[in-house]
Amino acid sequence: MKEVPAVQLLTPEGLRVEHDEYACSLNAEEIFGLYRDMAIVRRICHEATSLQRQGQLALWAPVQGQEAAQIGAGRAMAPKDFSFPSYREHGIAWCRGIPPTDWLRLFRGVSMGGWDPVQYRHSVPTIVIGNQVLNAVGYAMGIQRDGAEEAVMTFFGDGATSQGDVAEGFGFGAVFNAPIVFFMQNNQWAISEPTSRQTLIPLYHRAEGYGFPGIRVDGNDVLAVYEVTKRALDNARAGAGPTLIEAFTYRMGAHTTSDDPTRYRVDAEVELWKHRDPVERVKSYLIREHQMSPKKFEEVAAEADQMAAELRVNVLSMPDPEPLSIFDHAYAEPHPLVEEGRRDLADFVGGAS
Amino acid sequence: MTSMTMAKALNEGLRRSLDRFPKALMIGEDIGKLGGVFRITDGLQKDFGEDRIIDSPLAESGLVGVGVGLAMRGFRPICEIQFDGFVYPAFDQIVSQVAKQHARTSGAYKMAMVIRIPFGGHIGAIEHHSESPESYFAHTAGLRVVSPSNPHDAYWMIQEAVACDDPVIFCEPKCRYWDKGDVDETNSGLSIWSAAVLREGSDVTLVTYGPSVKTALHVAEVAATEGRSLEVIDLRSVAPVDFATVVASVEKTGRLVVVSEAPSTASVAASVVATVTERAFYSLRAPALQVTGYHVPYPPSRIESHVMPNTDRILDAVDRVMEFES
Repeated sequence: MKEVPAVQLLTPEGLRVEHDEYACSLNAEEIFGLYRDMAIVRRICHEATSLQRQGQLALWAPVQGQEAAQIGAGRAMAPKDFSFPSYREHGIAWCRGIPPTDWLRLFRGVSMGGWDPVQYRHSVPTIVIGNQVLNAVGYAMGIQRDGAEEAVMTFFGDGATSQGDVAEGFGFGAVFNAPIVFFMQNNQWAISEPTSRQTLIPLYHRAEGYGFPGIRVDGNDVLAVYEVTKRALDNARAGAGPTLIEAFTYRMGAHTTSDDPTRYRVDAEVELWKHRDPVERVKSYLIREHQMSPKKFEEVAAEADQMAAELRVNVLSMPDPEPLSIFDHAYAEPHPLVEEGRRDLADFVGGAS
Repeated sequence: MTSMTMAKALNEGLRRSLDRFPKALMIGEDIGKLGGVFRITDGLQKDFGEDRIIDSPLAESGLVGVGVGLAMRGFRPICEIQFDGFVYPAFDQIVSQVAKQHARTSGAYKMAMVIRIPFGGHIGAIEHHSESPESYFAHTAGLRVVSPSNPHDAYWMIQEAVACDDPVIFCEPKCRYWDKGDVDETNSGLSIWSAAVLREGSDVTLVTYGPSVKTALHVAEVAATEGRSLEVIDLRSVAPVDFATVVASVEKTGRLVVVSEAPSTASVAASVVATVTERAFYSLRAPALQVTGYHVPYPPSRIESHVMPNTDRILDAVDRVMEFES
């Protein structure tokens, strides 16, 4: 598919470019903060992949290549906003303040969620593709009924746009004018299927059919993603309804640690996208335009290494849940089958010890 | 006591729930100005406004999926599925999100939702309008499934379902919508989770729920003229089942017949037989029998009365358990 122009404020080489509608509102230190976010998330992600390879995680969904899309979007959110991720939104989890150890609980197999969604205003991961888009629209309809000035952002991929729930989410969001931002990361691949198997038109065009704005942003340009998302969230809070953002990016790694991308895509494509790397791009910009010293970047690398080491210790010492805990939250109110099951398993667990 | 139809009782029960819970709201297709295709929500939008009685886009997964988000925000959504056969597009949201959200979030979010489904046959409808999908939901951990059989229960059970902090699949026997009965608006009687012994007897325990309860009571009348004493139990909640009441009855009668419109395989009826056999094996004087819909798609309506559980088929099962000799 032919690439169409996307909003861009930073070229792949790290040069600032002007855009007619979007200016960069961040100063050098703030941009360095975004660099730090991306570098840490990438390092944590590498550590998680290693932990999976060493048998310490059941699975991991790498985010490498999509750091700018997620950090730009995550940092554009206000603390009072609420987000609904799929399962690859580690960068959003970072921006919401969720400790990296908690991101790995689901993948370690010790939790179905991993964090308190109320505390962090970030829902637990959704594995069934597209479900969360409808849930997010419902939450946004609740915000409307509460008369609150908050927005919801939901994350999904190019593959998810083929799901009925995403289409229905667009429809509900549109007709109820819900305060929601549909943030799509088009990373070009739904496991082994290219975007051309999901759509014949650029995906952001879908919005037009529903009657709200759609925009494509260079998903590897953290400055552009930040500005585009910030405006969409502002519009949502102000009652202007939904926006569909297509962050045009690339999944540099495998779909998950169970995947083998060499079976379905060519090295040349991966090489092409390496030149658009989101982390190196902003680093080049900061060095060239703001003369930031190498020492600052080394400090971030050391900080990230330290966090990765702590993560490793935390994961290796993560206890298995108590077997009887499976009964704790199946229902909110007392349930006879749950109590029977609890007594039954208690006998077995007790007998084994 | 007020005499009213089940449709009116549901309407009144919903009205009381909306009064009691400011965060309760309804979402469904045609439930606003039209009042629903069965008029269950008649007049509610006029009294509670369009923000609380929401005419949904025509998308079942959508109206349940946004219900999940509304519940996360602290609302008590009451979703209406227009007909049983149209609930399947919402199956994914119901099983993957409605049923599991409380567990997945370690209790951070209660799914205080009701999903109302008019179900069952006997209304002379075309296909997809007469199905009994309750067993799909009864099978799913995280859900509760109930079915009222009369106006009094409909009035109170819908209020208890709305007040429940767990998701409740509320199956309304649409062929009984227009049957009248006395509603005691001051006293609910049994809890929604309790089975009701509607008629006491000593020879056979006849267990059923929803649309078949009226049939079962009629069967008991007929059987009495033949000198047979049937005890009729209305399960009311089919997930969980109040097995204490059912088992106590079987321990008394020694015989069990379970009736449902849904086919037997992996069904609520089959589950009742299995559990009673486990818990009251030495009380049973004959194999427990089921009278259910056949394992075929719902039949064309001109012949539905012949192939659904009817008086003749249930009486035949009663004869078989009474005449069984080991």
